[in-house]
Amino acid sequence: MGAELIKLFELIVSASLVNNFVFTWFLGLCIFFGVSKKMETAIGMSITFTAVMVISAAISWLVFRFVMVPLGIEFLMIIVFIGVVAGLVQGSDTIMRKVSPGLYYKLGIYLALISTNCIILAVPLMNVGNKYSFIESIAFALGSGLGFSLAMIIMASIREKIELADIPVPFRGLPMAFIIAGMIALAFTGFSGLITL
Amino acid sequence: MERSRDQNRLIVSTSPHIRSEETTQHIVWSVNLALLPAALMGIYFFGPMAAAIIAVSITTAVLCEYGYQKALKKRVTIDDGSAVLTGLLFGLTLPPSVPLYIPFVGSFVAIVLAKQLFGGLGFNIFNPALIGRAFVQISFPKLMTVWLEPTAAFVFIDAKTTATPLGILKEEGLQKLLEHSGTYLNLYTNMLFGHRPGSLGETSVVALLMGAAFLLYRRYISWHIPVSFLSTAGLLAWVFGGSEGLFTGDPVLHLLSGGIILSAFFMATDYVTSPSIRKGQIIFGIGCGFLTMLIRLKGGYPEGVMFAILLMNCFSPLIDRSFRSNVFGAAERKGLLK
Repeated sequence: MGAELIKLFELIVSASLVNNFVFTWFLGLCIFFGVSKKMETAIGMSITFTAVMVISAAISWLVFRFVMVPLGIEFLMIIVFIGVVAGLVQGSDTIMRKVSPGLYYKLGIYLALISTNCIILAVPLMNVGNKYSFIESIAFALGSGLGFSLAMIIMASIREKIELADIPVPFRGLPMAFIIAGMIALAFTGFSGLITL
Repeated sequence: MERSRDQNRLIVSTSPHIRSEETTQHIVWSVNLALLPAALMGIYFFGPMAAAIIAVSITTAVLCEYGYQKALKKRVTIDDGSAVLTGLLFGLTLPPSVPLYIPFVGSFVAIVLAKQLFGGLGFNIFNPALIGRAFVQISFPKLMTVWLEPTAAFVFIDAKTTATPLGILKEEGLQKLLEHSGTYLNLYTNMLFGHRPGSLGETSVVALLMGAAFLLYRRYISWHIPVSFLSTAGLLAWVFGGSEGLFTGDPVLHLLSGGIILSAFFMATDYVTSPSIRKGQIIFGIGCGFLTMLIRLKGGYPEGVMFAILLMNCFSPLIDRSFRSNVFGAAERKGLLK
């Protein structure tokens, strides 16, 4: 049991820091740059993203294990997972709007963006590729979500700080955000070799 | 006569009312001065090449700042000493055997990418010298890990290459390190004075502490970051650093080796890239110490100080934000997300 728990903890740390999706895999950059202008949107996106990530990874795992493997259609993995994520996002969008309009106006706007995010697709695919168990898949998804949230919150705090800085005009906005992301990635290389799974 | 004396008694002016000599310029040049002993010790131990590396690094930094500000038609601010400081700090973090294009490339990255693009002094998020250092570390990993045995002879000879104490500690353990220098006392003394392989300016702990004492005495740096940084690192080294279980590590060895003294006093305390609130500074220092020891003990690199400070630089806007005082009279915002 102890070893199991340590494995799960290592998975979470690895997915969130050592192999952070934004800073080492360079995935999910569209949302990362899109919503990190303001802290408020970054936090909203973080909560929504992590929740969707965990749920979709769990459903994808179940679908793969109990539908696709028995039918022998593993090669349709990519398209099925896209379908699962899109269906999940659309479903929760509709339910949220009816059940809790307040929450919908706070977080619902991010849902449409999430369905096209590459990390949301990468995590179920990697779960299959690494042959993770159900619990491990959820831990990996949670770590990825937390890592992405961390990246967005750091980025938002930095971008809010440099709002008034005298940056050369061609570099204002997105170009500077790319340079900052590169520098954070440089700092994150320090984590390399920390956990080898 | 009577009247004019009365007039002199009351001087009406706008704020600021308290003036002192301590301009940014004055402070930055003082830090440069405080680093001088360490630089001289580096040159003493590693010979003329060390002087050449530091010279190239400083010259490139100043020229890049001058060129950038001229090209963008800004006010040229090389006389405030901050470009010299970046160049000097960067030069001091280099191994003594690097070819001279490495200080050139690193200084360029430090000044142009990490400092000027953000809007110059006061706006950079990351410590420029450390960004330069990390950049060359990733770009030239082979060259950046060749360490020389100190000669203290000031002649051009083919110095012996060797591993740093931290490298030996990581790969082969404490016993091997002791074989090198005999007794513990010998080992500690060598490390204290800087007679050990390592980066140019990081080896001589005594010289660095002299500079740091000067800065602390003049109150140009406060104790909060260095003390929380070093005590966290020391504590973790003692608890987890040993090979025979908990509480058997050697904190002194960890604090004397690597760039931790140089970084804790001269890089982590950078006003611009560290939190400005005291509580935040202590958290910043603890974070630096924790990440340094995490990378040293568990990570892939033998030395983690550079990455630790860069990582905490990422967090310092967030730390400052969370300790932001409430604006008096402003109503608290309501809703799910504050």
